[in-house]
Amino acid sequence: MLRHRVIPCLDVADGRVVKGRRFQDLTDEGDPAELAERYALEGADELVFLDITAAPERRGTLLDIVDRTARRAFIPLTVGGGVRSVDEMRAVLRAGADKVSLNTAAVNDLMLIEACARTFGRQAVVVAIDARMTMSGTWEVVVKGGREPTGLDAVDWAERAVGLGAGELLVTSIDRDGTGNGFDTALLRAIAERVSVPVIASGGAAGPDDFIAAIRDGGADAVLAASIFHRGIRTISEVKEAMAVAGLPIRLVPELVA
Amino acid sequence: MTSRPRVAVIDHGAGNLVSIDQALTTVGADGIVVADRGSLTSCDAMILPGVGAAGPAMARLKARGLADPIRAWAAAERPLLGICLGLQLLFDVSDEDGAETLGIVPGRTVRMEHAPTLPHTGWNQVEQKRSHPIFDGIVDGADLYFVHSYVGRPAASAQDVVLATTEHGAPFVSALARGSLLGVQFHPERSGRDGLRLLANFVDLVRAA
Repeated sequence: MLRHRVIPCLDVADGRVVKGRRFQDLTDEGDPAELAERYALEGADELVFLDITAAPERRGTLLDIVDRTARRAFIPLTVGGGVRSVDEMRAVLRAGADKVSLNTAAVNDLMLIEACARTFGRQAVVVAIDARMTMSGTWEVVVKGGREPTGLDAVDWAERAVGLGAGELLVTSIDRDGTGNGFDTALLRAIAERVSVPVIASGGAAGPDDFIAAIRDGGADAVLAASIFHRGIRTISEVKEAMAVAGLPIRLVPELVA
Repeated sequence: MTSRPRVAVIDHGAGNLVSIDQALTTVGADGIVVADRGSLTSCDAMILPGVGAAGPAMARLKARGLADPIRAWAAAERPLLGICLGLQLLFDVSDEDGAETLGIVPGRTVRMEHAPTLPHTGWNQVEQKRSHPIFDGIVDGADLYFVHSYVGRPAASAQDVVLATTEHGAPFVSALARGSLLGVQFHPERSGRDGLRLLANFVDLVRAA
């Protein structure tokens, strides 16, 4: 039976892991490759790096981190942030990533998802959707790290992105991100009901109950969090054990079970 | 046989070869990225990796003059491991792009049926249908990492190749073996300790060949 994945996300800026509240007030939390290896040993099912500076002149730094991480952590790695073309995606995959997540660039250039899926297969294309609730109770896609509204309905965009070739969706509630108020399960449910690809829940996790709710109530396939793992508030194995106790199928890491 | 076998890693242009290269290094072999037939001669074993779609991958193999050498390699019963798309390419034909594939194992590659989510992405249990040294030290039902939408389906005459199955809506072949030919639908290079163990077992089989 397919397991629900627990995925630590490492926001990377200038070669370091950082985390802020609602994409602001960044603090330094360590070396990406070192943290990645630690998480892999603790039972992370996959890793996500989001390059939140993504300035073109810093690309080399990111590719170096991807290479070092791929050589230390033998679990899948998704890299996002600033990829705008097939060639840029190729460079990130060749450096050792398994998937690339597209966000702002996919909104700006609809053909990008299609071109990347055709070249690398849809399994390598993750579309990241940052969504904010509107006054009317729907969700709007925001880009540029949550700073810029697009006018796109998040659920419609999710469906469109899958139609264009997205093999997975990473859905972040900007309202919840960094708050510890739990995932936006209504947002997750609205999207998961409309697409057949796996949905990764992101934004707002504080404890194991939130992960369980994202899967049970939100219909997510996988759950992602950053600060609660970086700051040692919860370990990955603690979260996975709680999910297993709740009856969810998860991968118990052989090293930890013994 | 040298103590560090040289393993040709066939490059068909699309994806991440860093993980396989590093995994081979970790388990005591040297990965040699091979993009043309000339580089094959000095190798002890071959890995046919794969991400992406069957059509473009076969087109690149043919353009690089690698399709026939891979067939010849298998026919000579030299050690060969297909991973993910690399397993699917071993069959005759793929429903993905309608591509004619290598034709080393009778059968075809079909889209997964009854799958609750596609692509089938994540860790899933590999049920061993018979014992094989490639699974030494790996428990029956171990979780390994998958990411794919198509699966290889051996012909009725080739059912004896089935080594393991996995379930996602319906059971499918997640590992096959015939002599020195092996194929796995999961990614051992991305499957943590058990994945490294499987690659170490492959390298041991190469040493013993």
